Amino acid sequence: MASDDIYILGIYMTKFGKYPDRDTVDLAAEAVMAALADGGVTMKDMGILAAGCLMGQGGIGQQIQKQVGQTGIPVYNVSNACATGATALRTAIMAIKAGECDMGLAVGVEKLAGVGLLGASSAPKGAGKEWKATGRYGSVANTDGLIGTNNMPGTFAQVGMEYGHKYGGATFELFAKISEKNHAHSTLNPLAAYNKRMTLDEIMNDIMIAYPNTRPMCSANCDGAAAAVVVSGKKLKTLSLEQQRRAIKVSASILTSDPYQEACQVLPDVNTLTRIAATQAYEQAGVSPSDLDLVELHDCFATAELVHYDNLMLCEEGGAVDFFNSGATWRDGKTPVNVSGGLESKGHPIAATGIANIWEVCHHLRGEAGPRQIEGAKVGLAHVIGLGSACGVHILEKSAL
Amino acid sequence: MTTTQVPLVDYLALGAQPHLVANECTSCGARYFDRRNACASCFATEFKKVDIATEGEVRSFTIVTFAAPGVPVPFVAAIVDCGGTSVRGNVINCDPTPEKVTLGMKVRLATYSLGNDDNGAEAIGFGFEPIA
Repeated sequence: MASDDIYILGIYMTKFGKYPDRDTVDLAAEAVMAALADGGVTMKDMGILAAGCLMGQGGIGQQIQKQVGQTGIPVYNVSNACATGATALRTAIMAIKAGECDMGLAVGVEKLAGVGLLGASSAPKGAGKEWKATGRYGSVANTDGLIGTNNMPGTFAQVGMEYGHKYGGATFELFAKISEKNHAHSTLNPLAAYNKRMTLDEIMNDIMIAYPNTRPMCSANCDGAAAAVVVSGKKLKTLSLEQQRRAIKVSASILTSDPYQEACQVLPDVNTLTRIAATQAYEQAGVSPSDLDLVELHDCFATAELVHYDNLMLCEEGGAVDFFNSGATWRDGKTPVNVSGGLESKGHPIAATGIANIWEVCHHLRGEAGPRQIEGAKVGLAHVIGLGSACGVHILEKSAL
Repeated sequence: MTTTQVPLVDYLALGAQPHLVANECTSCGARYFDRRNACASCFATEFKKVDIATEGEVRSFTIVTFAAPGVPVPFVAAIVDCGGTSVRGNVINCDPTPEKVTLGMKVRLATYSLGNDDNGAEAIGFGFEPIA
């Protein structure tokens, strides 16, 4: 192991679901304590804390410290939409790479159970007493629903439909089949918010939210937290053989934002920044898509999973439909995708997601995934997209020990 | 007495032939429906007003059946390619079903009334209707 490499030393995710009696600090503290224990270290060893809670009031990092240990280390409270967790992890990694410390902690937590539709504007400006132009577009009324949609299911529905327009074959049934796969995968994941298998008929005939996304094709709002301890290769060499054996190498840690594209002002472009992040990640890791034993990608909606097969270059450009139809992304396929059940069934407590997907990959690379273990997994990729946009891609590799 | 008309958004130009207006970067041609300090594409700082084509093709759509309280559903949200400029708008004057709304369908800008305010001013919205 090279001294300047970065490793995940300890990692943990809470069960995702509903926690009416626990707040974000409780959930984050559970994740932190367990990640530290998993790594065989304590708060005393941490040189930095990066924390995210997108819907919180800020200062989540310091609140967590008060729950688990206040040592005076720098705290970075990060916020980067659905890429918040990945951003926190990358922040801790950067601090180690910069030589400021040799161990760091990243944590993401969210309470979203029962929150409802994300992105939808509240209290529409109706026909008031006077049509008055306000805002950047000089609008006289709330434009959500009048000029397209602001809500997430509709936005990502258009992302998938746009792919279908470009390359064909992306039918309602195809998208529903992607969801069928993820719900089937979730039956093996005891930490998923929902782990019930659903038939294609059940998925297609469930409540339509934004065509072609029915309810089970949308990510599940839930509560949850995830935390990771990262360590430098140099420091890891001084730790026990057992710690070294279970440590997972971070072969690539990439964060991108969306570069200008013609249509990005009317439909967020989640493609270009993912493709750039993936390209950089494969290059940094010296890994090609065909080397990946499993992928956890950001299936915030079934329509999004399809486009990311292409964006992450798991298939030929334009070939995502055929790639899925070949069975490649089922857990017994060539490139298993979202064996955790994905956001559609595991759930999507926003800031936790970008660390929870790393946990899933690490779990397999350590050979600790039990009944859902992908046998012999050596290399995995975790991807998140935050609308606006931010994309995090991490490539992880099993320890050589 | 003539009713005063106000557009739903300031980039909708009313009159005999309603159309959308964008700020176009004089350097690279990138178009924006809001104000920018510099072009997001090339960083140049000069813009000019340009009219957007009123006919186009549906490049993507969704039929929203579940929205925020107060937003009437169902409606068809779409991205329309208007002669190379992507525009966001609803598909209107068309059944909101996947049988009637299709990818690649030809549409044109259409306006409709959003009602009058207490001063008698009428707000005008826009959408895209199928070209029969």
